[in-house]
Amino acid sequence: MTRRVTVEQEKCVGSGQCVMTAPKVFAQDDKLGLVVVIDSTPPESEHDAVRDAVLTCPVQCIHFDE
Amino acid sequence: MTDKGSSAPSFPMKRCPFSPPPEYEQLRESDPITPINMPDGNQAWLLTRYEDVRRVLSDPRFSTNPKSTGYPVISPARIAQLQSENPQPFIRLDPPDHTRYRRMLTAEFVYAHIEAMRPTIEKRVEELLDEIEAKGPPVDFLQDFGLALPTSVISDILGVPYSDREFFQERSKAKLNMTLDPAEAAKATIDMREFLDQLYGEKLKTIDKTDDLITRLIKTRVDTGEISRQDAVAMIDLLLIAGHETTSNMICLGILSLLMHPDQKDALIVDPSLIDDAVEEMLRYHTILHMVGPRVATDDVEVGGHQFHKGDGVMAMISAANRDPSIFPEPDKFDIRRRSKGHVGFGFGVHQCLGQPLARVEMQSVFKVIFQRFPDLRLAVPLEDIEFNTNAVVYGIAGLPLTWTPR
Ligand code: HEM
Repeated sequence: MTRRVTVEQEKCVGSGQCVMTAPKVFAQDDKLGLVVVIDSTPPESEHDAVRDAVLTCPVQCIHFDE
Repeated sequence: MTDKGSSAPSFPMKRCPFSPPPEYEQLRESDPITPINMPDGNQAWLLTRYEDVRRVLSDPRFSTNPKSTGYPVISPARIAQLQSENPQPFIRLDPPDHTRYRRMLTAEFVYAHIEAMRPTIEKRVEELLDEIEAKGPPVDFLQDFGLALPTSVISDILGVPYSDREFFQERSKAKLNMTLDPAEAAKATIDMREFLDQLYGEKLKTIDKTDDLITRLIKTRVDTGEISRQDAVAMIDLLLIAGHETTSNMICLGILSLLMHPDQKDALIVDPSLIDDAVEEMLRYHTILHMVGPRVATDDVEVGGHQFHKGDGVMAMISAANRDPSIFPEPDKFDIRRRSKGHVGFGFGVHQCLGQPLARVEMQSVFKVIFQRFPDLRLAVPLEDIEFNTNAVVYGIAGLPLTWTPR
């Protein structure tokens, strides 16, 4: 089953950790600077980066589910 | 609050030039959540484990507001300074007030935006190094480089005249000095706000002709009635101080630690792909915000097997978390090749540094060229003569005299 990336944008504080860690999966919205997912079902090669993003997000607003 | 009473250790404990107090290491083993006596006679809990520190800093039931009952007081000057802030900057506020202010600035500091500034920052680094080269050795790299770079960058972003730097650098230093006379610490805050309020008045006169962060705040937030002029001044005050005093010390401590580890310095010259990791390791190893973070429980909360009660003061030390051997093996070793990702040198939770993309680009730009330009850069004085700012909320050095062989 494909793993899906979801975010709770209302919790985001725009620290940019995820964008730095997994730039192919996350971006920051131009207007607010908050997280947006650009690839919600990233390829295997991005999974480690996404896991790192989950761990380093200061407000734990990123989820990576089976 | 506890039965350990006066036998508890006193805060702050004496730190070493390149590491937090040795007690943190012992306590992490024996009493990772332990009572400490604060300078005002009250007690708080000292946290030294990575996981516990992250938990507290990211749990909304712990307040960062000095006005919350039980907030741990680290020194008389610090509390006087905090009390003189009116209005408080958002770094001291809890959600939802904090969220409201921070979101007004997040778009200014997004990665893409800061990344676009990289060429300008790199150019500024080269210019400063040109000036240093022209001056000839020895040069104080704190004044002429470490401090000059972030000061000019944040001045440009905000629209604060760089020519006023002496004034605001001195006030910033005073605001962050934990051992200053409390009245002086409070006065520095008030002077800084007055200076910025005057600048705000100047900006109003050129509002249609300029485009800097202060002007944008006025147009999009104050003129719309979202925030007051005083609120805007408080935000600018925070950005100005956080924008120069931190990065300057990181640049200088980073240079110093590479000079002390010449093999790693040489590796960096040969392989620039190490720069990003080297910068993260500097942030972890030095953790210059060595007093972060004071928090207070606003409810009964369990963390790391300990039951905190409403009103308990907590010192969730990011400096200790960044030396937790269960996360960073051999934590006291400076090693630019280690995986220091996940360090909490920029804090954790909703207050995690807003300016971190900027701080990173500035540091990366420095370490990309400094040792290429000055391969034999070295201390101009014995290491013992370097003075460390142990009494400052932001740790750093008082000066970095360096020398080299002119080409
Ligand atoms: C290497 C340099 C820097 C370090 C080590 C650093 C570290 C930190 C830390 C640890 C915090 C959290 C404090 C807490 O939880 O109480 C913080 C917050 C903050 N920093 Fe930085 N910082 C740096 C550079 C900058 C720069 C260049 C700016 C520029 C604008 C900046 C702006 C801020 C702001 C506005 C906050 C408050 C965020 C909030 O409360 O939401 N910092 N910084």
